[in-house]
Amino acid sequence: MPKTHYDLIILGSGPAGLTAGLYAARARLDHLLIEKGAAGGQVLLTDWVDNYPGFPDGLSGFELAEKMEAHARRFGLNTLIANVVSMDLTQTPKRLTTEDGEELSCDALIICTGARPQLLGIPGEVEFTGKGVSYCATCDAPFYRDMHVAVVGGGNTAVQEAAHLTKFASRVTLIHRRDTLRATKIVQEKAFANDKIDFIWNSQITAIEGEKGVERIRLRDTAGKESILAVDGVFILIGVVPNSEMLPLQLLQSENGFIPTDNETRTVIPGVMAAGDIRDKEVRQIVTGAGEGATAVLAAEHYLNTLPS
Amino acid sequence: MASDKIKAINDADFKTTISASVPCLVDFWAPWCGPCKAIGPVIEDLAEEYKGKVTILKMNVDDNPATPGQFGIRAIPTLILFKSGAVVDQITGAVGKKQLVDLINKAL
Repeated sequence: MPKTHYDLIILGSGPAGLTAGLYAARARLDHLLIEKGAAGGQVLLTDWVDNYPGFPDGLSGFELAEKMEAHARRFGLNTLIANVVSMDLTQTPKRLTTEDGEELSCDALIICTGARPQLLGIPGEVEFTGKGVSYCATCDAPFYRDMHVAVVGGGNTAVQEAAHLTKFASRVTLIHRRDTLRATKIVQEKAFANDKIDFIWNSQITAIEGEKGVERIRLRDTAGKESILAVDGVFILIGVVPNSEMLPLQLLQSENGFIPTDNETRTVIPGVMAAGDIRDKEVRQIVTGAGEGATAVLAAEHYLNTLPS
Repeated sequence: MASDKIKAINDADFKTTISASVPCLVDFWAPWCGPCKAIGPVIEDLAEEYKGKVTILKMNVDDNPATPGQFGIRAIPTLILFKSGAVVDQITGAVGKKQLVDLINKAL
């Protein structure tokens, strides 16, 4: 019979999960990391990572994900590819159920399920996904060579990826609902200095239209004035929503889908930690996710030591 | 999806391949695409599970621009399901295994 119980299960394989995996494997804990697909999480959607310490020249998100995974594997990381759909954290041991109906159990659990891009929720968005609507500039920018694209958003991701898009597109229009950007200063400066990027301030996108693919978008500014902009594509980069469908949110005292924890990443349930973007917090950076992954394993180890052997 | 377990097709052999009597699921991918990599292991699993019932193939969109253009592909990964040469349905993005199974079952 295959092994189904582990002292520690780590759920998710983004920076938090991989760092937790690294620490757990290196500490020789009886562990399993469950991942939905290949490792990396949202890092795989990032064109360029310029602020992860130890890489002074920067590196691609793809490359960083591969390095993190290789690092954890060097210590003997145990992984399973599965989609966990539900869990029972009231029992001892804690139980997880996968989409295939497989049951796994653990004494300690680290939740690193992360987050995914948020949708705008406007007409045409779902219909044209993959036909001009994209949530990943890194993936799809090469399809827009010498074309005009719109980017929606004003945070780091939107502004940085707008700059990335100018390597291919002839013109990038950034649409933001406020009159200032939220992105870090250095990212803003690069965008303002890029003559292929123009800005539409104080405006929201209300619809995406076209025949076979995206041809134009409808906009409304804060004064209520409506306009139409002809574009070949729209990149929606307006933030993230938690991957929390499989989590018992009420039990974890979550009000918004993100999981509240203390400084040591402990949730309200003994032996359950949360790390990375799924944690209820202000800052969502690769380096903070990694730091929380490490913290969570130390908290898990501490918890496991309190259990009768 | 850079796996060697999935047969690669190109612009030249695309038409004859998808016209086969067995339905085909074509994964349009590129080496620089993170989500394409992310769904790789799931695609490999499915190729194994549906062996003989559905042929799972991959096409590198960098090397083969004509076919993705013909199908209006503007994002990857895009997976298109073909039966007797005609499109049954398609899906874009790093979706879960269940969504891919639901897609494949539309041709069975």
